Amino acid sequence: MLNRIVVGAGYGLKDWIAQRATALIMAVYTLILLVTLGALSPSSYEAWRAIFANGFMQFMTFLFFISLFYHVWIGMRDIWMDYVKPDGLRLMLEIATIAALVGYAGWAVKILWRL
Amino acid sequence: MAEIAIKKKRPKNLDLPSIRLPLPGILSILHRISGAVLFLLLPVLLWLFQQSLTSPETYAAAKAVTDGFLVKLILFGLIWLYMHHFCAGIRYLLLDLHKGVDLESARLSSKIVFAVSIALTLVVGVKVVC
Repeated sequence: MLNRIVVGAGYGLKDWIAQRATALIMAVYTLILLVTLGALSPSSYEAWRAIFANGFMQFMTFLFFISLFYHVWIGMRDIWMDYVKPDGLRLMLEIATIAALVGYAGWAVKILWRL
Repeated sequence: MAEIAIKKKRPKNLDLPSIRLPLPGILSILHRISGAVLFLLLPVLLWLFQQSLTSPETYAAAKAVTDGFLVKLILFGLIWLYMHHFCAGIRYLLLDLHKGVDLESARLSSKIVFAVSIALTLVVGVKVVC
């Protein structure tokens, strides 16, 4: 055992669990979508739109997007932490990542709720 | 005790190209690269998704964009990145549950990940892109 000096309250467990929970949600959604596409073979705009206008799929797709953006945040933050050593630059990249993902979340709402 | 162990000289090789990654290592770095590339292309993918759902006209326009051979090839590549990330991710979830952590099963499961993700890419790609 290492003698670690433990400071602060964050040990990463929450992120570790969140990364896996969001992955599971996305995996289930991927299977649902693949089965739906396989079963319906949508070949027109109407058929394609009908898939995502369905209340259940709308809910699941939104859940997928939110899971995706949270999952991407944890993954990209890990990448910035691993490869970008200057603190200022890393902070800037982390803020840019959050800003982009929050924007994408709003965009996803707009796409799904006008159906 | 622990500090002494850490200070011990350990072999160091920073000549990265001389290292031949085993398959689980290739799987691992591809998991990271695929995640990063998909993140960078998120705006393009969201835009395509939006175009496909906004109106029959934008749907047709999006379809026209994805009709080009080069775009089809890129979409195939993206589907593969997604499928690789998906399959490798499931492998990691199983490793978290201590399933297949010995060397032999870890090597076998990484082969399965490559085989299944490529097969899924072909099936889904032909269905969605072609």
